[in-house]
Amino acid sequence: MYDFDFIRPASVEDAVAALATDPEAIAFSGGQTLMPAMKQRLASPSAVVSLTGIAALKGLRDEGGRLWIGAATTHAQVAREAADSYPALASLAGRIGDPSVRARGTIGGSLANNDPSACYPAAVLGSGATVVTDRREIAADDFFEGMFTTALEEGEIVTAVIFPRPARARYEKFRQPASRFPLTAAFVAQFDDGVRVAITGASEGGVFRWTEAERALTGNFAPESLDDIAPPDAEGMISDLHGSGAYRAHLVKVMTRRAVANA
Amino acid sequence: MHKVSMTVNGRPVSGEVEGRTLLVDFLRVNLRLTGTHVGCDTSQCGACTVHMDDQPVKACSVLALDAEGADIATIEGMANADGSLSTIQQAFQDYHGLQCGFCTPGMVMAAAALLRETPRPTEAEVREYLDGNICRCTGYHNIVKAIMAASGQEVVPVAAE
Repeated sequence: MYDFDFIRPASVEDAVAALATDPEAIAFSGGQTLMPAMKQRLASPSAVVSLTGIAALKGLRDEGGRLWIGAATTHAQVAREAADSYPALASLAGRIGDPSVRARGTIGGSLANNDPSACYPAAVLGSGATVVTDRREIAADDFFEGMFTTALEEGEIVTAVIFPRPARARYEKFRQPASRFPLTAAFVAQFDDGVRVAITGASEGGVFRWTEAERALTGNFAPESLDDIAPPDAEGMISDLHGSGAYRAHLVKVMTRRAVANA
Repeated sequence: MHKVSMTVNGRPVSGEVEGRTLLVDFLRVNLRLTGTHVGCDTSQCGACTVHMDDQPVKACSVLALDAEGADIATIEGMANADGSLSTIQQAFQDYHGLQCGFCTPGMVMAAAALLRETPRPTEAEVREYLDGNICRCTGYHNIVKAIMAASGQEVVPVAAE
């Protein structure tokens, strides 16, 4: 790692100000993805602005029936504290990485990075959650803009995520055992006005909604509803030594079916 | 250089570090606490596992400055006050839960974190919790037995034996 300046502000305002004064500075929220990238010199910021000292960015609370989660809340805390209020989300958080990674990695960091195989983007898109930043609220459908790309502007910090709570939901992950990321995973959530299905780990475009499955499951929320639906086109799916695009496309349907069955 | 202060094994410590200094390097180089090992330096292997505010973390993937004010526990703080081995450490010896010993500090710290969260884990829970700790010698069975024994539970032959 090249050296960098290190700033650990106590407020969101100070963090935003630090990022605004230095275009080469980077927001750092646990660093379980960013640190390995910096060690490989894939990222070499002039300054690291750590968000872990900002109390206002931590914790979970009920907000008019919706679940508010501070952006610097760790996966371990979500796994523990959302177990009653949003079990499918807690289950997802409890399967990210390993216990040590879950003790440092945060929901905001995961979303801002938008790894095409990360777990949290599936929950946020699949729940139709709202991403709150220091300057605005962004609907999940508008937040994810492709592999490692989001609607965040330069220097904009995710401060919270607000989840509506579905009647039923489930995350099913086909785990790549070495990286512990999903090879492909599906987040399925049933709301009063319809079903949302979000897929991660499959598309070169990052997390996406599988709308054909959503339509079928809105009609009848049962695994059989997927019987007559073809998996998404293998074209545009991630293809690497762990699995071909066609294999991942097949997994999309398998994991969606499992999620519905276990919701 | 930046000044950093934290508590390590109950003792207040401070030092001068660079922005990029890893917690594990602060422990090993500045404090000479070399019991915490660096295996992979990529957060895969868990040899560098320490506790930070009672949670297990990979010290190779935490910046020293991000641990400002934190309460850190390392393998050096695991033994009993009289110097005898802790229950977990003794169980690793009794059940031959180590061979070369390189992963052992991380394994013991992971085991201690698990037993704090889940005092009587199932064998499956032990194996799942050790997901981020790699051992290339033992095949894990004896490590699992040691942790089961340390939790006060009966040690039964494991499935794959």
